[in-house]
Amino acid sequence: MKPAPFDYHAPETLDEAVGLLARLEHEGRDAKIIAGGQSLMPMLAMRIARPEVLVDLRRLRTLDYIREDGTHVAIGAMTSKQAAADSALVRARQPLFHAATELVGHIQIRNRGSVGGSFANADPASEYPAIALVLDIELVAQGRGGRRSIAAKDFFLSLMTTSLGPSDILTEVRLPAHPGARRWGIQEFARRRGDLALAGVALTYDLDGSRCRNARIAAFGAEPTPVRLGAAEKVLEGKPAQAATFEEAGRAAAAALEDPMSDIHASAAQRRDLVRTLTTRALADAAARAH
Amino acid sequence: MTSKQRIEVTVNGTRHVREVEPRLTLADFLRHELHLGGTHVGCEHGICGVCTVLIEGRTARSCLTLAVQCDGADVTTVEGLRDPETGALHPIQQAFVAGHGLQCGFCTPGFLMSTVELLRRTPQPSEEEIKEVLGGNLCRCTGYKHILESVQLAARRLETPQAG
Repeated sequence: MKPAPFDYHAPETLDEAVGLLARLEHEGRDAKIIAGGQSLMPMLAMRIARPEVLVDLRRLRTLDYIREDGTHVAIGAMTSKQAAADSALVRARQPLFHAATELVGHIQIRNRGSVGGSFANADPASEYPAIALVLDIELVAQGRGGRRSIAAKDFFLSLMTTSLGPSDILTEVRLPAHPGARRWGIQEFARRRGDLALAGVALTYDLDGSRCRNARIAAFGAEPTPVRLGAAEKVLEGKPAQAATFEEAGRAAAAALEDPMSDIHASAAQRRDLVRTLTTRALADAAARAH
Repeated sequence: MTSKQRIEVTVNGTRHVREVEPRLTLADFLRHELHLGGTHVGCEHGICGVCTVLIEGRTARSCLTLAVQCDGADVTTVEGLRDPETGALHPIQQAFVAGHGLQCGFCTPGFLMSTVELLRRTPQPSEEEIKEVLGGNLCRCTGYKHILESVQLAARRLETPQAG
């Protein structure tokens, strides 16, 4: 349970960090970025990850901020999750992201875990990647070719794999502000509070009178990447926001999963069942929440 | 080649300069380099919480933090809770003694450090708020009830030092 040896660098600036990663890539060295380290450190300890070089972003203090930016809330990738959980701005402007943040680990983890890390790590059981699909979060990366913005739907490629290249650094997470009347919900199931979820569901929808519109539903912990559940979204369109609708959408959500994961923690059938129940609960919870 | 890194860390108010391997965790740095054995090591992958310390006043798993990441940082361990003048136990430690908030004591340093942050952020926490924070620490003996009550006792005593 001790990490294998590695070389270590803690660059002072973003440009220096990108340059260093590019050089390491050119030299064919297996480099890994460490931000808060709350996902990477267990992998190093168990030697699931054995990078030759660790590039620590801790000195990049310019990536630690939360600010309003037009129609978005911009969060620097090195901002701690607890800072996001404690932010009145995040809570007010993007309540679903705020609720998801409070579900990540425990305060002892959130104090060090970075906001950007959970996106770049792309653990299928992580809340943020699913939230990114529901909210159309934009991910800003800095690489050799300069700065670019990546849509969430183009970011998560497969199990713990994103479209970030070896010398790209995720610098900012851009959350579209939440329209006040929009409904939102997030539900997950974990054996203990703070554990990675066996399955979870995050969603938003609008109410047109008493009818559901524009539903966006994503599951996490169910498949190797977070997935939008389009079939369940279609079921909701134009239907009255009531228990029967929510149950029908739950069944459609479960059926929409293509190939749920099956492992020591839960079978595929259990995950499908969880997605059905959690979808129904999240829809009802969203409807009941006072505005 | 994994060359050693020179780090400067302030632990419980004392500045330490050491050359360490990059892979050394903060927990092992505290225990093996500084010989501060109060920070215990359990699971070594962030689940059990016994290695919890304060980094810049915020709780952190010292097994999920590299010593090199703490270069320039201020760290507080359970050894830093005593009153430096009188040597008296911290009011939270005293409340754990009075409330039987420990049995074997292995997990206790982690619970204490989590409680220090909790009561600083939320001096009078609800039972739910206490449970939320203590959920980050595992205990195999007490059944948690006495730990919860010890935290409540500490909160009362810190509010009005003679009470409880």
